[in-house]
Amino acid sequence: MKNVFVYCEVTEEKTIADVSLELLSKGRKLAEQLGVQLEALVFTDVAGNTLKTIQNFGVDVIHVAEHKELFPYRTLPHFRLVQSIFENEKPEIALFGATSVGRDLAPRVASVLRCGLTADCTSLEIGDHVDNKTGQEFKNLLYQIRPAFGGNIIATIINPNTRPQMATVREGVMKLEEAPIKKQAVIKTINVATLLKPEDLVVEILDRHIEAQKVNLKASGIIVAGGYGVGSKENFKLLSDLAAVLGGEVGATRAAVDAGYAEHERQIGQTGVTVRPKLYIACGISGAVQHRAGMDQSAKIISINTDPDAPINAIADYAVTGDLQEVLPKMIAYYKKHSK
Amino acid sequence: MKKLKILVLAKQVPDTRNVGKDAMKADGTVNRGALPAIYNPDDLCALEMALEAKDQLGDAEVYVITMGPTRAAEIIRESIYRGADQGFLLTDRKFAGSDTLATSYAISKAVEKINPDLIFCGLQAIDGDTAQVGPQTAEKLHFPQITYAEELVDINNSKIVIKRRLERGVETVISPLPVLVTVHGSATPCRARNAKRVMQYKYARTVTELQEETRDYTDLFNDRPYLKIEEWSVDMIDANDAFLGLTGSPTKVKNIDNVVLAQKENKVLTSKDADVEELMLDLLKSRVIG
Repeated sequence: MKNVFVYCEVTEEKTIADVSLELLSKGRKLAEQLGVQLEALVFTDVAGNTLKTIQNFGVDVIHVAEHKELFPYRTLPHFRLVQSIFENEKPEIALFGATSVGRDLAPRVASVLRCGLTADCTSLEIGDHVDNKTGQEFKNLLYQIRPAFGGNIIATIINPNTRPQMATVREGVMKLEEAPIKKQAVIKTINVATLLKPEDLVVEILDRHIEAQKVNLKASGIIVAGGYGVGSKENFKLLSDLAAVLGGEVGATRAAVDAGYAEHERQIGQTGVTVRPKLYIACGISGAVQHRAGMDQSAKIISINTDPDAPINAIADYAVTGDLQEVLPKMIAYYKKHSK
Repeated sequence: MKKLKILVLAKQVPDTRNVGKDAMKADGTVNRGALPAIYNPDDLCALEMALEAKDQLGDAEVYVITMGPTRAAEIIRESIYRGADQGFLLTDRKFAGSDTLATSYAISKAVEKINPDLIFCGLQAIDGDTAQVGPQTAEKLHFPQITYAEELVDINNSKIVIKRRLERGVETVISPLPVLVTVHGSATPCRARNAKRVMQYKYARTVTELQEETRDYTDLFNDRPYLKIEEWSVDMIDANDAFLGLTGSPTKVKNIDNVVLAQKENKVLTSKDADVEELMLDLLKSRVIG
């Protein structure tokens, strides 16, 4: 009762998704602050090593469901199990990754439990609240913080009256931190066969083509990112060239991805991936809050923009006012000449 | 054979992708009035998929429903110009302040009245990006859901086959009808307006819009009843007030902070050779690159 729950996503490779491990790390801190336990949910065909992975994050209880209908993920069987566990366990907080799985599952769960859900949070904190109208006091609520309305404002959302307080968070937003194992987690096995109904299995997967992850922005120390200001897919080639000589990866803003300049998997920001490289080179990026949410913890930021007043310059260590078509080739040439 | 009813859930949104400098007030807040209202992009893809389904089936009706103020009827007309058969506007002050849960409740009550066999909606709306209303509406209706749809592979009177776009690939699923499908922005863009339909439906109006018109449309509407866009209030969809608006919304906005950027101390450079060299030298010296 009143514990913090994290839904752990199982990847194609039968490991626990990084975003889930990041949420376990954050969940543990929230649980410690509230003086409650951290519980994890794992639903797959064979749990195998995943339980060992989860143990390393200081989890108190792991709810395990193993059944052939649970992998690959389908909405209704997973939904049914989460619903049943939450109705019995009455969590205080429930966290899901903001992935194609979490964003499919969490809203449906919130709907059946009639509780509040905030998508794509960039920060989660515990805090109090006093209702202005009634004067009613609420202690230890989950502050669900996210940019809103095109990123021009930052909203703090709370769910004072309903439980669980639910939130989804993108990969990379929370820091992944293992915790020394104090005691073995209690494993609770879910009796899947008795919970699943025939109508939970009506949607069938006919075919899947899942590729190995090609781009790993999170692991890259240097990122050369482009925005809508890059202007074209052809111009993005310049960014790739610079990234190649520096040994980095190419990232993009949502506007650039929407315009077709870069692949979706390269998107950085609130609705993409969050990165913390040692060097972030922002090319033709104005710097909307949603984008900054995904990169403002970079150690060094260079902004290259024709607009000297681009908002991103405010968080940049170097603000180069100029055309990237001019600046990038010069950087490449200088580096080739002077690096060891 | 039964004629399938296909329903599209659409939303009129402020165009948050193009928040220019004019749209920002001096205090950092957004001047909503300065933002154009547009058809939510993913919802246009959903309309296209609905029209494709109709094309494949040969005989089906495509309806569009939207929730919003009177002006949201604009996107119903837009849908009709592009091929939808009929539209419904869900409008009532009691909906104001609804979060995704209250919104999906209201929509599900209206959907029950229409009783469709198949629902398409956009994956998410650009003003909130939550992607929650689709799955929540499906749950309220006890429909299965297929999210992240990119392609309509096949449809008949009892089943639909959809290709989904996931982070690392694609997945093809089959579902019996009824089902709710949320459509990804990477799906086929919506077909253009049909000139004949624009001519035929340019005077399509809701009751409230008619009252606001200076011209008298009575004769025209008696002549052409198909011009009437249905307008539904809370009472007309048998919704319970307790589940609507702020009261029915479990999420509350505690506070809103305007984004104020603390200016970091930075080096301002140009594209001149000497400046670029200085930049690169700094980076090499500090071993950020090298």
